[in-house]
Amino acid sequence: MNAVAVEDLWKYYGDFPALREIQFTVSSGQCLALLGRNGAGKTTLLRILAGLSRQQRGQVRIFGRDARHPATRAAIGVLGHGIGVYDELSAIENLRLFGRLYDLPNPESAAKQWLERTGLAGVAASLVREFSRGMRQRLAVARAFLHQPSLLLLDEPFTSLDDRAVALLQSVLQEALQRGSTVIMSTHQLREAMEPATHVGLLNRGRLAFHGPRPEEMLGDPGWLYRAYGEG
Amino acid sequence: MLFLRQTATIALKDLRSEFRTKESLNAAISFAVVILVLFSFAVDPTADQIREISGGLLWLVFAFAGALILNRSFARELGNDCLDALVASPVPGAALFLGKASANYVLLLIVELVSLPIFGVLYNMRWTRQPLMLAAVLALATWAVTVIGTVFSALTVNLRLRELMLPTLIYPMMIPALMAAMRLTTLLIAGEGIAADDWIWVRLLIGFDVIFTSLAVTLVEVVLVG
Amino acid sequence: MRERILYALGAIAGLWLARNLYVILLGLPDEAAQGAIYRILFFHVPGWITCFTAFLLAGISSILYLIKSDPRYDTFAVATVEVGIAFTVIGLVTGSIWARIIWGIWWTWDPRLTWALITCIIYMGYLMLRRAIDEPTTRAKNAAVLCIFSFASVVITYKAIDWWRTQHPGAVLSFRTGGGSIDPLMESMLFQNAAALLLLAAVLVAVRMRQEEIGREVESLRRHAHAI
Repeated sequence: MNAVAVEDLWKYYGDFPALREIQFTVSSGQCLALLGRNGAGKTTLLRILAGLSRQQRGQVRIFGRDARHPATRAAIGVLGHGIGVYDELSAIENLRLFGRLYDLPNPESAAKQWLERTGLAGVAASLVREFSRGMRQRLAVARAFLHQPSLLLLDEPFTSLDDRAVALLQSVLQEALQRGSTVIMSTHQLREAMEPATHVGLLNRGRLAFHGPRPEEMLGDPGWLYRAYGEG
Repeated sequence: MLFLRQTATIALKDLRSEFRTKESLNAAISFAVVILVLFSFAVDPTADQIREISGGLLWLVFAFAGALILNRSFARELGNDCLDALVASPVPGAALFLGKASANYVLLLIVELVSLPIFGVLYNMRWTRQPLMLAAVLALATWAVTVIGTVFSALTVNLRLRELMLPTLIYPMMIPALMAAMRLTTLLIAGEGIAADDWIWVRLLIGFDVIFTSLAVTLVEVVLVG
Repeated sequence: MRERILYALGAIAGLWLARNLYVILLGLPDEAAQGAIYRILFFHVPGWITCFTAFLLAGISSILYLIKSDPRYDTFAVATVEVGIAFTVIGLVTGSIWARIIWGIWWTWDPRLTWALITCIIYMGYLMLRRAIDEPTTRAKNAAVLCIFSFASVVITYKAIDWWRTQHPGAVLSFRTGGGSIDPLMESMLFQNAAALLLLAAVLVAVRMRQEEIGREVESLRRHAHAI
C-alpha cells in the first residue's frame, strides 16, 4: 500500500502558487529525501502532509485517509524547525504529555524508555529551560518518535544538530526504517541524508522537478541532482 | 471519552505551566489591584455611589486583567513551535480549544476571587450578601469572556502587535456579556435579588455562552490549520 | 467593458439620488410635528438598511470563503465591510444631525446609537486585523472567522441593547407597523432612496473588489519576483 499519495496538489499564498501540480506516491518503507533551495516549497509540502496546513487544490492521502483524520495524525511523527517541547515543563512531563495526547496505552513507560534511549534519563526531572541545545534536540527527537509513528515527516532534521544528536537521529531513523516505517525528510545536508534515502525528490519553485529512486551518482557526488535537473 | 481526556490533558498542561512560572497570574492580579486603587482616585467613593457602579467597576477590572491571561494563552505555545506539535498530534481542534479555554477559565476565576475581597476592603463594601447568585453570574460571565478571549488569542497569535490587537478585538465583541454581567453584579452586590425583569440578562448570558462556544468549537480547527 | 458597466451604473445611481433629492427637498411637504428636518430620514433609514445588508452579505461571504477557500469570497467580504462601515458613518452622522435639531443634543447613550457605534468599532477591528496579517491566505481565513463572530456579536448586541428603554423613534415602515403611521407617498420615497443607495453601495463594492483583486495580483507578482 502507498503510505503517501499526493495528487495534483496546489497551494497558494494569495494568487502565488507555492506548490503546483505536485504528484507523487511513497510506498511503505521508503525513505524520501526532499531537496530544493530555500523557498522551493519543501516546508510547505511537509506541513500539508503533517496536517498543519491545507492545500487549495488536489488530494493528499496518507495510509488511504485524509491528512487531518485523527487516525492519520496518530500515525505521523513530525520534527519541524522548532523542538516542540515546553521550556517550563520537565523532560519527563513533556514526553508524558505527548504520550497522553497520542493516547498511548502506557505514556509513563514510553516516556521513560525514550529518555533512556536519548541519554536524558539522568535529567528526566529537570526543566527543559535548563537544558543545553544538544539535550533539547535529543528530547525533540524523543517527542517525535515516542508513539512509534509509521510515517515520519522531518523538516531539515540535521540542521544545526550536534554530533551526538546526529548520531542519535541516524540510529533511530535506521531503526524506524527497519521496522517498516516510511520517512519523508527535507534537507540541505546532502551527505547525512543520502545514507538512509531510498528515493529523492527535487522541488524547484513549487514544482516537483524530479522524483524517483536515488540515482547512484548521488552517493559519491550529492550535488549531482541539482546539476542534472537544472538548478545549478 | 478520549476527547474529554485530551481536553483535560491540555488544560492541566496549561495550568501546570502557569503555576510553575506564575507569569500571567502575577501580572493579572497586580494589574487588577492597581486598577482598583486608581479607580478610587477617579471617583470620590461614597458607599451609595460605589454600590451603584460596583458591577461596572468590577467587570472592567476583570476584563482588563483577564486580557493579560488571555494574551498568554496561545502565545505560550509559540516558544519552541509547540503549537505545531499540538496541532499535528491527534488532538481535535475542539479539544485543544476547550482545554485551553478551561485553563483560562480557572485562571480568570482566580483573579476574580482575589480581586473581590480587595474590592471589599478598599471600598468598604460587603459583597457577599447574595453569594450563590453572585457565583452563578461570575461563572456564566467569566465563561463568556474566556470563550471570546481564547478564540481571539488563537486568531491573533501570529501577529506582530498581538498584545495590542487582542484587547481591541475582544472588548467590543464581549459588550453584550459585559453589559449583563455589570448589571447583575451591581444588583447582587447591593444585596438585591434578581427581579423578574432582570432574568432576561441571565438568559442573555446563557445565550451568549452557548452561541459563542458553539461558534468557537466549530471554527477553531479552521483557525489552527493554516 | 466591466469598468464601463460600473461607471454607467454609478452614473445611474448618482442621477437617481439627485432626482430623489429634488423630490425630497422641493416636492414633499414638511412633516407635521418635525418640520423640515424630517427629510434627513430619507437618508438615515436607507443608510441603515444598506449597512445592515452589507454586514449580512459580508458574513455570508465569509462562511462561503471558509467552505470553498476561493479568494473571491474574501474580496467580496472586505469590500462589503468597508462600504458597510461608510454607510454606518452616514447613519451615525445623519442621526446625530437629526438629534441635534429634535432632541437638542448631538449624542446620547441611547440604545440604538450605542449599538451603531459598537457595530462600527467591531467592523473597524475587522479592517485592523486584516492590516496586521501579511500573508494573503492566512489573512483571508482569519478575517473570515472574525467576520462571522462580528456578525453574531452585532446581532446579540442589538437584542441586548433593545432591552434598555429606548429613546429612538420606533418602527415607522408599514411592513413593521402594519401601516398607518407613515404617509404612503413618503414611504415610497423612502424605499426609492433605499434602492438608489443600495445601487450606489453595489457599485462601490464592485470598485473596491476590483482594487483588491489588483492588489492581490501585485502581491503575487512581488512573490514571483522574490522567487527568481
